[in-house]
Amino acid sequence: MTDPKKRITDIGPPHYDKFLPPAVKANYGKWKYHEVVKPGVMVHVGESGDKLYTVRAGSPRLVSTEKIRNFADLAEKYCDGFLRFTSRHNVEFMFTNEANIDPLIKDLADLGHPVGGIGNAISSIVHTQGWVHCHSAATDASGIVKCVMDECNDYFTSNKLPGKLRIALACCLNMCGAVHCSDIAILGIHTRPPATDHSSLKKVCEIPSVSASCPTAAIRPATVDGFESVEVIEEQCMYCANCYTVCPAMPLNNPDTDGVSIWVGGKVSDARCAPKFSKLAVPFLPNNPPRWPEVVDVVMKLVDVWAKNARPYERMGEWIERITWPRFFKLAELDFTKEHIDDFKHAGLSYNRTAQLTHVS
Amino acid sequence: MADLPKTPLLDELEKGPWPSFVKEIKMAAKVSDMSKDLLGQLELSYNEKIGYWKHGGIVGVMGYGGGVIGRYSFLPDKFPNISHFHTICINQPSGWFYSSDSLRTLCDIWDRHGSGLTNMHGSTGDIVFLGTVTDELEPVFEELTQNGFDLGGSGSDVRTPSCCVGPARCEWSCYDTLKVCYDVTQKYQDELHRPAFPYKWKFKFAGCANDCVAAKARADISVIGTWRDAIRVDNAAVADYVANGLNIERDVIGNCPSKCMEWDGSELKIDNSNCRRCMHCINVMPKGLRPGTDTGATVLIGSKAPIVEGALLSSVLLPFVDIDGEEFEDFCEIMEEIQDVWCEEGKARERIGEFIQRVGMGNFLEAVGLDPVPEMVAFPRDNPYVFYGQDDDEEEEG
Repeated sequence: MTDPKKRITDIGPPHYDKFLPPAVKANYGKWKYHEVVKPGVMVHVGESGDKLYTVRAGSPRLVSTEKIRNFADLAEKYCDGFLRFTSRHNVEFMFTNEANIDPLIKDLADLGHPVGGIGNAISSIVHTQGWVHCHSAATDASGIVKCVMDECNDYFTSNKLPGKLRIALACCLNMCGAVHCSDIAILGIHTRPPATDHSSLKKVCEIPSVSASCPTAAIRPATVDGFESVEVIEEQCMYCANCYTVCPAMPLNNPDTDGVSIWVGGKVSDARCAPKFSKLAVPFLPNNPPRWPEVVDVVMKLVDVWAKNARPYERMGEWIERITWPRFFKLAELDFTKEHIDDFKHAGLSYNRTAQLTHVS
Repeated sequence: MADLPKTPLLDELEKGPWPSFVKEIKMAAKVSDMSKDLLGQLELSYNEKIGYWKHGGIVGVMGYGGGVIGRYSFLPDKFPNISHFHTICINQPSGWFYSSDSLRTLCDIWDRHGSGLTNMHGSTGDIVFLGTVTDELEPVFEELTQNGFDLGGSGSDVRTPSCCVGPARCEWSCYDTLKVCYDVTQKYQDELHRPAFPYKWKFKFAGCANDCVAAKARADISVIGTWRDAIRVDNAAVADYVANGLNIERDVIGNCPSKCMEWDGSELKIDNSNCRRCMHCINVMPKGLRPGTDTGATVLIGSKAPIVEGALLSSVLLPFVDIDGEEFEDFCEIMEEIQDVWCEEGKARERIGEFIQRVGMGNFLEAVGLDPVPEMVAFPRDNPYVFYGQDDDEEEEG
């Protein structure tokens, strides 16, 4: 007989089958179509004729156990105890009784959670840890997300937009969550080289790994102040902080010079056109906690100029490519500077090698 | 318990319609002094505009090399309850489905051992238990596994795979994303828990080209559902959309990337041999159009965030695999072949996408035993510096 307390390992996640609502199991792989009933509410209809309603609510991603229990309470009240989360941190309640929709929306509102994010809306902002938990954050994530979503809440809870708009935030260039393909991306950045602690570097870092970590080969072994260490060729440093990722003695966090950049035009889906990277729109905005007004203003301006000008279904990147980047810079009232021109490996691929110009004055 | 620290800056973020993470930390602070100190340190960060977390630290549970992210505060004297504040990644169920009981179990475990704060979920997809001390890691792990949960991945390993909602709720799912995600996760438990790779390796599974898990942007292996045969058309339903105001010429026909559609007022003709399975027309008319029935997946490889050599999107590796059917094991064999070559030849911290860029896609395909096919390129080379096969010369000299 095995010891009941034998250490269990390598079991992987619980099988999802345990957590599928009955209506899901009955129609698994046999759904026919869906419709958006109203903002944040959709109905899926099975080949059987069964209807499954989904109510999607926004969430701050950083949630207390108390809040999770509140969600569990709602799941028990309306969904026979089942719920799920989405790939953008939202929470979804699924049920077959149409009469549950409005009472659930009210209960969620009482709990502080707006319902929305489905269809032509702004869904939740994908983001990471920021100052709450990360050693390399150039900005706070949850704070900016809260400020921007407060302004965008109306776009979350309605379907007024021409198409989908996805905003994502990364608190540094590691981009834990891939903001490099978002309609609007908010990226925390450093703007000065590392403040290297030469006296401790060799004790806490492998010097060859540090040299290899630099995308522009700006780091090489050197003796500094008598210590075996590395030096940074500062004109070649573009402050990506990858050296810090592999070497604690090379921090870049700096309250006076860190900030936030804004990128536009990325997309992940293949609908209509292939996926695109986000491109630089605003090189630098300051960190001004607690409400980051400069960041919020720029993001809302970008949302509004796209919403006003794009054709139905046209994502931000598709709209910009149709009207061309110079017209975008003009309509969005953004400055164009040296920083906007690529200078990394394949820079030449981004130059405008055509005379097709709109001559926006 | 003592009162909450004064947090005038953070309190500003309790105002406004969007749910407030500050409220969540204050709720957790009722359960744990760790969250109380977190509030204090975060308020200081907001004042000073800098974070106070130290770089890394190797902690974990016995026998695993990942799943726990070490984190230490720079200010242990001021905030002793977060002097260590490690994160535990827990492998989520496929599709992030839960029962209320399972959620309560997780909450009970966490309240007994940690800060009361979680991420639902982390970007990779795991449940994140945010913040506990080193001595609590083994006890948490034991309670989790006793209740059927296990840690996720971290470090240079197979990271926790994730998938979209798939056939559980989506009519467009072209393969069983939940099952394949689960099966891959179970098959590679050793690679997930014991980092042995040059760098991280991420699998993501999307049921169709809409890619609701952003697999093409951030997974080393992006599995995207597709079909080979004709789109299913319900012309009456299409006519209904038009009657209800859909501008089908501008919004559907005009947006087709291969211009393969025509509408004559009663029949939607699609030249399926030119259809690229982009999902747009189906997105617009869910009642009128559906994917075909000869379904499977396109497998793409190599996407990643900028560090080190620049961001990449995944590119086509296998145009069509019956991944939730007869070809699952074939798919796994190819994955293992790729991992073997990458482990042998990859540099430290070199993602598979960067490895392919460095050695060349043609050489990579030869090394892993795959034939080149035109689906792999957006267009063939446009520079003439071709390494014509030197083997041909040797044959001629005979």
